[in-house]
Amino acid sequence: MEYQSSIKILSERDIVTARQHGRNIAKKLGFGTVDQTRITTVISELARNIYLYAGKGEIHFELVSALGKRGLKVRALDQGPGIQDIRVAMEDGYSTSGGLGAGLPGVKRLMNEFDLTTTVGKGTTVEVVKWLREEGG
Amino acid sequence: MNTKIPILKLYNYLLVSIQWELDDQTALQFQESLLQKIHETGASGVVIDLTSIDMIDSFIAKVLGDAIGMAKMMGVKVVLTGIQPAVAITLVELGIHLQDVDTALDLEKGLEILQKGLGD
Repeated sequence: MEYQSSIKILSERDIVTARQHGRNIAKKLGFGTVDQTRITTVISELARNIYLYAGKGEIHFELVSALGKRGLKVRALDQGPGIQDIRVAMEDGYSTSGGLGAGLPGVKRLMNEFDLTTTVGKGTTVEVVKWLREEGG
Repeated sequence: MNTKIPILKLYNYLLVSIQWELDDQTALQFQESLLQKIHETGASGVVIDLTSIDMIDSFIAKVLGDAIGMAKMMGVKVVLTGIQPAVAITLVELGIHLQDVDTALDLEKGLEILQKGLGD
């Protein structure tokens, strides 16, 4: 299966498309049920953030490997308003849209790697990686 | 896809079994339908079974939480049942604990909670 792929986020429906696509990839890669759910949920959160704050963007999927382990990298990109204060965005609790959209700290907890790049007025990129466990769990 | 979630009446209660992936619109529509059905039937309790749900994100959790709060305002108790282990793990890791929400392992235990609570 070709894992490298991307889904455009242009409508609310695309949030579902992106996460279902992500679940399929995660399943084919051999992630266990719980990790599949973590990955699917993260994609849903990131896609919703794109839709809510930027209006449109993309979710990219990529198989990655490092030090003998394999994993799934998900990149959520948009050219929206960017995040004004990263410290506030990384605080636990509800987001600025009144409970809608992700707590990025939650997304960070669900994944093994988390990277956020943002420029006010230009856009935001969130990159996360979930590594496959040796036992395939 | 804009399929409505079926809400069934069982004695004095409403029973909902969410069978497929909830997209945002369906979740919001369900919230409205539930409250409308409570109003129509005069039900005193609701069980929402989530056995078939394989993912709940922060938005869906909020819609469900709000629906429960709205039902409570109408004097109706809601119990969520059948939350899958992977979903429970993910929600807690996301930081969502559903503290004010009554939950039960399955449909039967959910109904028991309603019966005890309402003295039926």
